[in-house]
Amino acid sequence: MRGPAVTRRRAGGVRLASVTTFLGVWALAAAIVEIGRLFNPIFLPGPWVVAGKVLRLGLDGQLWIHVGATLHRVAVGFTTGAALALALGLLAGHVRGVRTLVEPVVELLRPIPPLAMLPLFIVWVGIGEGSKVGFITYATFFPMFLITVAAVGRLDPLLIRAAQSLGARPRQLFLHVILPAALPDILTGVRLGVALSFFVIVISEFIGAEAGLGYLINDGRNFFLVAQMLGAAAVLGLLGYLGNAAVGWLERRLVRWQHTG
Amino acid sequence: MRWGLARAAVLGGVLAAWAVVTYGNRALEIMNPVVLPTPGDVLAVAVEAVRDGSLPRHLATSMLRIVAGFGLAALAALGLGLLAGLCAPLRLALEPVIEFVRPIPPLAFLPMFLVWLGLGEASKVAFIGYTTFFPMFVAIAASVLRVDVMLLRAAASLGASRAALLRHVVLPAALPGIIVGLRLGFGLALFVIVGAEFMGADAGLGHLIMEGRTFFVPAQIVMGALLLGLLGSLVNALLLAAERRLLRGQAAA
Amino acid sequence: MGDPRISIRRLEHWFGAGEHRAPALAGIDLDVAEHEFLCLLGPSGCGKSTLLNIVAGFLRPTAGEVLVDGRPVSEPGADRGVVFQEYVLFPWLTVAGNVEFGPRLAGVPATERRQTVARCLDLVGLGAHAAKFPLQLSGGMKQRAAIARALANNPAIILMDEPFGALDAQTREVLQDELSRIQRLEHKTILFVTHSIREAVYLADRVVVMTSAPGRIKQVFEITLVGPRDRFAPEFTRYESEITRVVKEEVAKVHE
Repeated sequence: MRGPAVTRRRAGGVRLASVTTFLGVWALAAAIVEIGRLFNPIFLPGPWVVAGKVLRLGLDGQLWIHVGATLHRVAVGFTTGAALALALGLLAGHVRGVRTLVEPVVELLRPIPPLAMLPLFIVWVGIGEGSKVGFITYATFFPMFLITVAAVGRLDPLLIRAAQSLGARPRQLFLHVILPAALPDILTGVRLGVALSFFVIVISEFIGAEAGLGYLINDGRNFFLVAQMLGAAAVLGLLGYLGNAAVGWLERRLVRWQHTG
Repeated sequence: MRWGLARAAVLGGVLAAWAVVTYGNRALEIMNPVVLPTPGDVLAVAVEAVRDGSLPRHLATSMLRIVAGFGLAALAALGLGLLAGLCAPLRLALEPVIEFVRPIPPLAFLPMFLVWLGLGEASKVAFIGYTTFFPMFVAIAASVLRVDVMLLRAAASLGASRAALLRHVVLPAALPGIIVGLRLGFGLALFVIVGAEFMGADAGLGHLIMEGRTFFVPAQIVMGALLLGLLGSLVNALLLAAERRLLRGQAAA
Repeated sequence: MGDPRISIRRLEHWFGAGEHRAPALAGIDLDVAEHEFLCLLGPSGCGKSTLLNIVAGFLRPTAGEVLVDGRPVSEPGADRGVVFQEYVLFPWLTVAGNVEFGPRLAGVPATERRQTVARCLDLVGLGAHAAKFPLQLSGGMKQRAAIARALANNPAIILMDEPFGALDAQTREVLQDELSRIQRLEHKTILFVTHSIREAVYLADRVVVMTSAPGRIKQVFEITLVGPRDRFAPEFTRYESEITRVVKEEVAKVHE
């Protein structure tokens, strides 16, 4: 009744097989639509059409412009959000005064879906890069901030005592105990932030953009270029996947000690 | 009770700060007062919107879309999720779809839904359904898989048949996880509905907010955002309360 | 003999406030001499851990004071090393990293640190495990690492709060042997909390038996056995019985 346990390599193989299967089924469905004249095949292009479109865009250089635009916004927005969240989060977790100041604002803004604030950013900063980047910063700040504060709060107080009995002064405590101990949780928050960045960039690129993968997707609406839409979405998915993998790699390097033994 | 009081004080403080900044701005004429709406401005817009019936209408539209989309997705996720948790071949069959679709932000498919299903309600409902289906499906399947084998063994050695095992062990044991999955799915629907109503819609809270931008009435944006926040908190609190009732006595999933 | 290393004067401690105050320590006067190994022994709730935490500087006493080398203490410091029951090694550092933590923070140059670390690890028998992470160590090894870490900082005083409490019986006795050996080499001033009479008689120069809450000093025993001690010698057993009798009186009171 239950699934078998899979080893790492076997899981990789299964994943590959499943992706191929998916592509196969998709191709089959598209072929059936085309051959059986079920509806205008433009609405369900087969994987080969999508791949072809992506390739063409890649070859004539267009794809890279859009990928670059999206990545740039994500990179700048996310790093700003992360820097703010980590700095404020570490401070708030550590210093009660900062926490009482920042927490109310966070608690107020947290239930509001960040997407609802996008138009406000546009009104304030205009339709250009600033509002898009600022919006990503805003959206990613809250979860990363909250996770960082929680990470510091969850610290085993005995670790602090042990360090104090070894002569650690407050600044040393922060650098040599609090920071390394909170790092695993903080990195989990970072991973979340990266995913969230990709999640929200799309919508801001639908509105008032002239470049970017989101723009490509929305642009396809005008002439029913579904292949372009699906292709851009797939590339976006790939970027998100790579971003996640990058954080995972970082986690494994920085937090080596959790995975040994 | 004390927590509630502290919370109220905190929110009061933020409100005060907001008032100071915005009224101060208006008095000192630092920035265009329209851009920095005061609490009074926002309230005025809200009252007007309630009076002319537009607010209730948009609110109802959004909620209907969420409930319909989430409802369909939840049914599908429950059905397929349970089956997938129990039946390895089905799980393996569905895994490719999930692996492929998971890294792609759901909002990236919004334009496609608009192309496929037009600008009416169907596209919005379908989009919400699509967005919430996968995470709920994965969570539900995982809850079923996570059921402690020892529980099954205990029940089996007490004479339970396969059907009895399913009804009296697997389902109750997986229930906490299932409910959490559903709650998260609903939260996701709320998260995403706004974005879905930014374009290709002429009703709904998202549309209301976007209108605030189109017609340069930031107060309307703030009103919409606050309303959403309120709605989200309320619904979340209700769902949590329901969750606690249903799972009386059990530890959190 | 010289001035006592640790001087505890009229120490009192209450937990909680107002009507719900509960007394933990009710007036402790105790001197710990230099190089002395002193055991605090007593039933649960007698305040022995509270007393240790106050000496360590983790708690401020409600009344009274603690003097170390004549100076009052109120904060933790590198002069009083602590070994915890839960080991509390820094999981992100290797064994060597943990051991050199104090010297590193104090600014000791790297070459000197390496020598200290090597010496301390050899002392506790962990020389071969310097590059391992705490997750990879057994309980006994973790505690050895914790002891090495405390030693590497070269404190005059080491405070140990039931350090072997989480270990199985065999490992416990092995580590008692190790500690006894280390003390004969290093001659630290050690304040050791335990609820094992056997352990106290084996390790201590003096055993302070405490009453049940509120904690007071019931009786002090001087153990004049020469180390390394034989757990099965008649003199050893005599101490054990004597102390057991006294402790049983107190345990009976707890259950009244």
